[in-house]
Amino acid sequence: MIQTLAFYIFASLVIASAVMVIMSRNPVHSVLWLIVAFFNAAGLMVLVGAEFIAMLLVIVYVGAVAVLFLFVVMMLDIDFAELRAGFVKNFPLGLAIALVLLAEMVMGLGAYKAGGMQLGTPDGTAAAAVGASNIKAIGALLYSKYLFLFESAGIILLVAMIGAIVLTHRQRGDTRGQVISRQVARRPEEATVNTQPEVGKGVQL
Amino acid sequence: MEFQASLALVAPELVLSLSGLALLLAAAWGGDKASRLISILAVAALVGAGFLAAPALCNGASGPDTLAFGGQVKVDAFAAFAKLLIYLAAAASLIVAPAFFERVKAMRAEYPVLVLFAAMGMGIMVSAADLVTLYIGLELNSLAAYVLAAFLRTDERSAEAGLKYFVLGALASGFLLYGMSLTYGFAGTTSFAGIHAALAGDMSKGALFGLVFVLSGLAFKISAAPFHMWTPDVYEGAPTPVTTFFASAPKVAAMALTMRVVVDAFGAQVQAWQQIVMIVALVSIVVGALGAIGQDNIKRLMAYSSINNVGFILIGLAAATQQGASAMLVYLAIYVAMTIGGFVAILMLKDANGEPVEQIAQIAGLSSHRKVLAVCLAMIMFSLAGIPPLFGFWGKFLVFQAAVQAGMVPLAAIGIAASVIGAFYYLKVVKVMYFDEPANVAVGKSDWAHQALLAICAIFISPLGYLLTGWLGGMADKAAAALYFVG
Repeated sequence: MIQTLAFYIFASLVIASAVMVIMSRNPVHSVLWLIVAFFNAAGLMVLVGAEFIAMLLVIVYVGAVAVLFLFVVMMLDIDFAELRAGFVKNFPLGLAIALVLLAEMVMGLGAYKAGGMQLGTPDGTAAAAVGASNIKAIGALLYSKYLFLFESAGIILLVAMIGAIVLTHRQRGDTRGQVISRQVARRPEEATVNTQPEVGKGVQL
Repeated sequence: MEFQASLALVAPELVLSLSGLALLLAAAWGGDKASRLISILAVAALVGAGFLAAPALCNGASGPDTLAFGGQVKVDAFAAFAKLLIYLAAAASLIVAPAFFERVKAMRAEYPVLVLFAAMGMGIMVSAADLVTLYIGLELNSLAAYVLAAFLRTDERSAEAGLKYFVLGALASGFLLYGMSLTYGFAGTTSFAGIHAALAGDMSKGALFGLVFVLSGLAFKISAAPFHMWTPDVYEGAPTPVTTFFASAPKVAAMALTMRVVVDAFGAQVQAWQQIVMIVALVSIVVGALGAIGQDNIKRLMAYSSINNVGFILIGLAAATQQGASAMLVYLAIYVAMTIGGFVAILMLKDANGEPVEQIAQIAGLSSHRKVLAVCLAMIMFSLAGIPPLFGFWGKFLVFQAAVQAGMVPLAAIGIAASVIGAFYYLKVVKVMYFDEPANVAVGKSDWAHQALLAICAIFISPLGYLLTGWLGGMADKAAAALYFVG
């Protein structure tokens, strides 16, 4: 009962905030509505027992993707009123694409119901341990069966990082960097001088 | 116990990754001044990894003992053969790099580190026995390659090459992943052996789609037509040492990976992929031969030549026999020597100020002032064209023999006819070097490391190379037997 209730709350909030994403005039508000939609989708995932995906939605989509969107929206000077100007003109095209998508969905569902697809049966090598939560199950697989590939994927990320630094980092000659050792080694006596200026004469430095 | 055995099997990868990490630290502290030393150490690491990989080839290792990490990695003689070629090519591209980059003050300590990680990725690729392993190895290699292509970031052409390679490579990865997900959906497993078992008998339409997409993605990586568009631009724009690397090591890795996929995973559906491979091979040969004719930049010419050669190698795959696989491996070994020799010779073409010379018109009359270099370049061109008695002929001979024995006489006939067209542009380079008015542009001195490497490659592809046919053929036979091992 309470699950059904929660489902309807989350689902209607997802749809409502998704509508707000495209309806709101201010692009920053759109991004914020998108974040609301992601949070509610995460709630739906928890309801179906996929708490790992729920966590990913929050961490990756809210934490990284949406923030990235927000930065882009704020840093680029995009005139959204102008982007929206062609709405009426492009409406038939948009409608046609929507209809095609709808038809695809109906056909896909029909094919699924008709049972025409002979999909393969999982061989069970990657099956989760019985009773474990899915975070535990994924962790157990990543750190035992897929350890080699997991570590190799880590090397891929390292290579991506090296690449980003190699391609963008440059040493400029005209900047004055921080030399921490010199900073720490500096004593008050070297940096400050006590003088007793005469009245009306100013300080000789 | 099983875990330790797995670690022992992937020892070359461990050596490469650990030395890559250590050298990265050395690069962070030593700075670009230490790049020559780091390059030497990286070559040493590659040699070490090669020694760790070699025993599997000499023993002709195959079967369940070669499976590591629950069957995700297969370190058999076939993987070892490809790995040795890859490490050799990577070491060569490290040896030629410092002299080239130091002239433009762009030698960075990260170059050898990236090459090491790329070599590690290629090692994972050729020993893949699972779709996930395949993809991880491929991405590790590709990501390093994108960065290497754009390594001369102040040079517009290099940046363009990097960007082009990245965007098109990402697209190809998308193809590959789409095919892999379809294959997984219809086979229910990602392991090659599992796919082989699951798809035995009649292959469903969905799985066929998966196969086609996987092959398209792989064809991009080996730059086979019709997925070759990026090759001339990237080969021309990337710094020449990096082009040396691109044209040799990743070709071997992707080709070996393709063999693994079609034999290990789709070995029961030969009729499904044989036609695709045949058409790709023929189109590559023709596109490579015709496209090269109009080129005036020698690096672009070599790019089309590599497309052409990939076509010839694929004829061995189209034969779909163990003999064909063995012929492909011999061809790959000879191709690596010819390519490295060719690009080292191009690296040695410099004008009086040390600027690289890339236009074919500028090397006119090279024989009058750089006799040895002209002889070597001419030998490489003849060898690439497959003219006996040079060693390049032997590779072509073996793949055509395999095709004829598999009953594909028309395929072999078209291939031989197209190789005659291809000979035209190779001979054009030789003609420009020997019979045209000297342009006296390429007069610069070259580095001793380049000279040594060119000499080694030239001796290998010279008729003296035929002394190695028995040994090379034996090794390739062992590797091909491991690839086709059923047990």
